Amino acid sequence: MRIAVQDDRFDLGEESQRFMADIVAVGANSGAIVTFTGVVRGSDSGDMVAMEIEHYPGMTERAIEQITQEAVQRWSLADVLVIHRHGRLTPGEQIMMVATAARHRSDAFEAAEYLMDYLKSRAPFWKKEMRQDGEGAWVEAKDSDEDALARWD
Amino acid sequence: MDVLYFAWVRERIGLPKERIETDAENVRDLVAELSARDLRYAAAFADLSALRVALDQDLSDFDASLDGVREVAFFPPMTGG
Repeated sequence: MRIAVQDDRFDLGEESQRFMADIVAVGANSGAIVTFTGVVRGSDSGDMVAMEIEHYPGMTERAIEQITQEAVQRWSLADVLVIHRHGRLTPGEQIMMVATAARHRSDAFEAAEYLMDYLKSRAPFWKKEMRQDGEGAWVEAKDSDEDALARWD
Repeated sequence: MDVLYFAWVRERIGLPKERIETDAENVRDLVAELSARDLRYAAAFADLSALRVALDQDLSDFDASLDGVREVAFFPPMTGG
């Protein structure tokens, strides 16, 4: 299990390969690996120049740790990887990545979705869309994000 | 105790962190105490339904006791992922 909260960019290919190599190394009998990558979207109006992501150092790692522990207890997972970036990101940049490994794909897919749903609303990150004129607007949480959590109850 | 503010709460109050001596028994009392201090706090805490609170880095609620708590953080609903 690896959790990384960082401002640095990460290489999707390298991270995926490392994740697979780690699973092989521990001899886990995983037939399914799911990876999800979140990418910074441009705004609909097209005037967003960057996304600034604030987080709560210490609590962030702790919250992600709890979320991954819950996923591990709920599904039969061989391994989990969560990378989440903070700082100033431009549209098109990778913001986060989740990877899950399981014996069967349904566990890997479901656990990845669960992690995504919980990371969105329970890990202390806040996004601010920065416009060309230097003004910014905080992204508001959506009711649909909370609804997404309800399905795991 | 240390009180931390994030995102627009931090911007509205104008600082990320401060040390507060308080006898407030629960979060709601602390919020009332801070709001009485200054308009910036009153503005930030005007609508508690738009806020979340963490006690010693665990999500909590406004009725929770502050007994033994060292770090309180106020912030809007999270928007990660």
